[in-house]
Order: sequence, then structure tokens, then C-alpha cells
Amino acid sequence: MTAQTGTKLEADVVVMGGGPAGCWAALAAAEQGARVIVVEKGYVGTSGATAAGNTTIIDAAPGSVAQSEAVKRRRARGAGLVEEDVVTRVLDETYRQLGRLADWGYGFPTSDTGLLFRGSMRGVDYLYFMRRKLLKAGVTILDHAPADTLLAHEGVAAGVSGRWRASGERWTVHAGAVVIASGGCAFLSGALGTNNLTGDGYLMAAELGARLSGMDFTGQYGIAPKGSSVTKGIVYFWATLFDVDGNRIEETGDRQEIVARHLLRGSVRAVLDKAPERLREGMRHGQPNIFLPFDRQGIDPFTQPFEVTLLYEGTVRGVGGILIGQDGATDLPGLYAAGDAAAREPMSGATSGGGGPNASWALATGVWAGGAAARFAGSLGPLAVRRPARAATGITGTTVAHADARAELADIIRAVQGEVLPLDRSFYRSGDRLAVSAQRLDTLWQAVRRFDVRLPGQEKSYEAAAMTATARWIVASAQARPESRGIHRREDAASTGEAPRRIHSGGVGRVWSRWSHAADHSTPESLAAE
Amino acid sequence: MIELLSPTRCIACNLCVKACPDHVFEAVENDIPVIARKEDCQTCFLCELYCPVDALYVSPLRDRDEIVSEEELAARGLLGSFRQRMGWDRSRPKGTHKDTSYRMFEDDKVKP
Ligand SMILES: Cc1cc2nc3c(=O)[nH]c(=O)nc-3n(C[C@H](O)[C@H](O)[C@H](O)COP(=O)(O)OP(=O)(O)OC[C@H]3O[C@@H](n4cnc5c(N)ncnc54)[C@H](O)[C@@H]3O)c2cc1C
Ligand code: SF4
Ligand code: SF4
Repeated sequence: MTAQTGTKLEADVVVMGGGPAGCWAALAAAEQGARVIVVEKGYVGTSGATAAGNTTIIDAAPGSVAQSEAVKRRRARGAGLVEEDVVTRVLDETYRQLGRLADWGYGFPTSDTGLLFRGSMRGVDYLYFMRRKLLKAGVTILDHAPADTLLAHEGVAAGVSGRWRASGERWTVHAGAVVIASGGCAFLSGALGTNNLTGDGYLMAAELGARLSGMDFTGQYGIAPKGSSVTKGIVYFWATLFDVDGNRIEETGDRQEIVARHLLRGSVRAVLDKAPERLREGMRHGQPNIFLPFDRQGIDPFTQPFEVTLLYEGTVRGVGGILIGQDGATDLPGLYAAGDAAAREPMSGATSGGGGPNASWALATGVWAGGAAARFAGSLGPLAVRRPARAATGITGTTVAHADARAELADIIRAVQGEVLPLDRSFYRSGDRLAVSAQRLDTLWQAVRRFDVRLPGQEKSYEAAAMTATARWIVASAQARPESRGIHRREDAASTGEAPRRIHSGGVGRVWSRWSHAADHSTPESLAAE
Repeated sequence: MIELLSPTRCIACNLCVKACPDHVFEAVENDIPVIARKEDCQTCFLCELYCPVDALYVSPLRDRDEIVSEEELAARGLLGSFRQRMGWDRSRPKGTHKDTSYRMFEDDKVKP
């Protein structure tokens, strides 16, 4: 790779991504005295899955009945893969930090009973607040600065580089430690707030040999009014659903699954008629974005049935990501991961962690990863940023001429989407279809790696590569699990009741996946000097 | 997708250029910004919150164009409607404490 030119910066800790996980990581690192830079593809405050929605978070005091019930619910839903001690630690940390948010003056509402309600936040208000908090703590924020390359020195993470969206020029941050908080991957499905979430951090980590986990638990979709982006599934708790013939759907159980089954038979309509008046008002004033598709199209969702669809959410509300240990450490020294970028099995097991667990996970793992990264950087001493760090990742492209790179990349992205987004690819899987997908994705990988993100017209090539790679780990992991479990639904294999085990995956040129051993607790440990 | 940047309302503060997570707008020297990359719009509606003068309109249709007219949108009360409901004022959240989402958790249907 050629020498990097452009902006050059130094930090103790560089955080990739400024959603909740990245913000909490940056704050935790700064509070330990580290110099911190956040690099963000979009804008810290509006980018990512939390910003665009509302975020239910689990507010339960350590040792309380509410907390032990929340832990039990996690365990009951997780199909054997939840680690109760981790859930408890996440909830303890969440409780502590929600308290600090309140102390700092975050405007939690007071419910009608006069109690402060901290169990749900408007994402865009929350992240506006966090941005200001970071700036006050002396954190440097680079907005519109997508990362595409990890720097390393002798196998240790040593920085990040990327490009400015506006000018196309390069920037480089040399750092003592790196936190990947770049969110999940939803393959540009259109689900709310997910456009920047293309798995970039997964690819950067995997290129350096870090393992992923839980990529099999990615059959996650959100219900949205057809044609809209608003995948806010919570309102369908109060919905009546109708099938393609207009008959009321009486089935009970998982709402997404009911909708998926009926979409495959034609179409589904919904009406939110079960919401009492008090709740209707509560939703309107609490979460106005729910109503934008309705109000702007002149529909009354409480009385007029409207068509719904499912949009893919992948690892955003699903499970898979970079394998981390207790404090967010990955397999690579100096490299940490948090939030959706990290594998969430300990928290949500084999199912979606949407609706509370994910927000808590993003906060807690952010705090831990940021703190551990600061300690790691501190243990290296001030000369860490002078290490002759080199680009360790980044697909290099070739000199192959591209007649119309934009169109070629758009075709590749569409083809990758074709192997992931359809209901018969990710909601319901089968060995035959997975085998076909695996082959096609191998070919697409060969095609996408010929592009170079630094060249004009090829700006989307890193995202395209990251999505292709993520799709390959998903397919390889799904192939490795010949049973149905949680949100991995195999048409050709039922739930086996087998002892729960995780599936790890990784590799870039050649993708691999394998069962982790039941007793395999060799999750990465931080090398930070205590 | 974003459908309107009103030239009559816009004061060229360029906050939308800065705050849009998908780099949809492009600043223009000595002029108001333009919607330069509509196809990258993720229909998140957040630019409407940051615009201090309600000059932006995001159609709820995420994968189709919608032809809109400013007068009609204004007449229907849709310019700035999301901002008002959220309680944002001059590009700042002022309604955080008025969030009534807690009502969704009152009947124990939803348990995080
Ligand atoms: C519609 C919707 C509703 C949800 N509701 C809830 C809920 O109520 N409760 C709950 O617990 N969970 C919910 N979730 C899930 C929750 O939003 C996520 O788990 C959470 O946002 C994860 O936080 P994060 O910081 O890891 O990722 P994000 O918030 O997605 O942030 C990742 C950031 O990284 C940036 N980034 C990506 N690539 C790069 C790169 N190459 N360089 C630099 N920056 C990059 C992105 O722009 C983004 O800002 C919901 C998800 C959706 C889609
Ligand atoms: S709706 Fe969201 S993505 Fe679209 S222009 Fe506005 S801020 Fe940007
Ligand atoms: S935020 Fe509003 S006023 Fe400011 S430049 Fe954009 S459209 Fe114009």
C-alpha cells in the first residue's frame, strides 16, 4: 500500500464509530486521562441505529427484583447461550451510567406517577447530549470521516485511517489503542438508521485475524409500514393483523415470524386498534417518528389497516459480531470492540436483543472497551504513537480498469443483498440455498476486491467489500449449524435440544466457521498492564 | 427520501450539510446548499430537526420519489411537524423531558 498522505493525528485511543457504544467508549477513555479521537462515517449525533429511533434500555437496580427478572427473561429467550453473569454486569453498568446521565442533567421524563422514567430515550436527543459531553471532556470528533484501514505494528493495533467524505482526501490517526464501535450490518436494507451500518469494522478486525461469533444468529427483520423506513416493531404489540384475503390473523407467538409466514403467502396488513386512547397519545408524544409514514400519507393507523413488510436488520438487532472478552478485548492486542460491532451472545443468546438489551449492551461494552483501551494505551507509554505503524488492512484494489465503477459496485451490492435480504435467505434458511449463496458470494468477493476505496467513483467499495465479507461469514456460520435455534431458522433442521454451542467464524480470502467447544472460554483477554 | 430544500425559507446555515449522517447535502459557496446525493438518503427525518427554519421535507417513502409542492406541504402543516412534536427548537432538543414513551410499558405487554 502506498504511503498515506493527508491529515495526520495522534491519540491514545481512537474510537471508530460514534453511536452509543462509541460515545461511551470515548467518554470512559477520556475520563481515564486518555487523549481520544472519535472517527465517524456520518455525524456523531445523527448516525447509527440508535440516533434515528427511540431506544428502550433496561433500567434495573443492582440486586433488585426487577434486575433478577430481567436476567431470567434473557436466559429464557436466549436458547442456552446467555451468560447470566455477563447480563448482570451489563445491567449494573447501565444502571450506574443512567444515574450519571441524570446527574449531568439529561432530561429524563417524569411519569404520571411522579417517578423519573429512564427506560427509554429518544436516540437523537440522547446522542446530541453525548456529543456535547464528549466535546466538554476534550474528545476530538471527526465527522464524515469513514475509516477503512487499521494500522498495526508487530501484530498490535496502532491506529486507523480513512477518508474525508467531502474531499476524498485521506486522514490517519496513530494511536495507542483502537476501539471498533462501528455498529452492525444491515446490508442497506432500508431499515431505520442503518445506512451507515455495513460491517466495516468486522472486515477490518477479521483482516487482522480477529474471530467473529454468532454470525448464524442473523435472521433478524423489523416490521415497517410498506415503502417506509420505520422499523419500529414495538407498536405491533397493539396491532391486529390481516392476511392476503383480508382475514384476521389469529395466530399468536413471535410477531415477526407471523408476518414473515404471511408475507410469503402474499401480503399482510395491520391496524393498531388494540392501543387504548391513553397509549395512542403516549406514542404520539413519545415517539413521533412512528407516525410520520401515516400522517404524511393521510392514514389513521388506529382505524385504517395499512400494508406492512419486513426489512432486514442483520446484526443491528441480531447477534453476531467480533468476539470479545470481558473488557471488550478482541483477539488482537490493542484492538477492542463494543456495541453491535461485538458478538452479543452473552447478552441476548440466539435471539434479537432489540427492545432494551442492545442499548444496555452498547452502553456497558462501550464503557468497558474505552476504559480497557485507555489502560492498554497507558501501558505502552507516550511513545506508542511513534511506532512505525503500517496499514495492516484495507483491500488494495488492482490496476484492472473499471468502465463504470459506480455501476459495477451497485451491481455487486445488489447481488450480495440478493443472498441476504430475501425472507427465504435469512428468515428461513436451508442447506441447499446456503450452498448456492456461498458459491455466489465467493465469486462476488473476487469481484469486489478489485476496487480501491481511494479512487474517485469507488468510494463505496469498502462498504461493498465489508457487506460481501459479512454475508460470507453469515452463510458459513449458518451452514455450520445444522439445527434451528433462536433466530437461526433452518427449514431442513428442527431444534435439536443439543447442548448450546457457539459458532466462530473469520478469514477474509478463505472464510472459515467452526463450533466453539462447549468448554471453550478462551475468549480474548486484555493484555493491558494492571 | 429528502424531497424539499426550500429556497424561500433556507438561511444557508449549512447545519443540514453537517448533521445529515449520509452526506446527502452539499454546501455551495455564497448560496444555499443543494440536495446532491438523494439516493443516499436513509429517510431518518433527522435533518428536519436540525433545520432552524423548517425548510426541509423528508417524504416517508424510502425507495420512491414523491413529487411535492412547498405550498401544499405548508398548508397541510407538514413543514416542521416532526420538529414540533419532538420539541426541537433552533437545532436543539428541548422536549426530551416530555417523552411519554413510558406509557408503552404500563400494561406489562412489553418487558425489556
Ligand atoms: C429501528 C431500530 C430500533 C431499535 N430500537 C432499540 C431499542 O428500543 N432498544 C434496544 O436495546 N435496541 C434497539 N435497537 C438496536 C440498537 O439501536 C443498536 O443495538 C445500537 O444502536 C447499537 O449501538 P452502536 O453504537 O453499537 O451502533 P450504532 O448506533 O449503529 O452506531 C455505529 C456508528 O458507527 C458508524 N460507522 C460505521 N462504519 C464506520 C466506519 N467505517 N468509520 C467510522 N464510523 C463508522 C456509524 O455511522 C454509526 O454512527 C434498534 C435498532 C433499530 C434499527
Ligand atoms: S432524512 Fe436523514 S439521510 Fe435523508 S437527508 Fe435527512 S438527515 Fe440525511
Ligand atoms: S439546515 Fe435548513 S436553513 Fe440551514 S442550510 Fe439546511 S435547509 Fe437551509
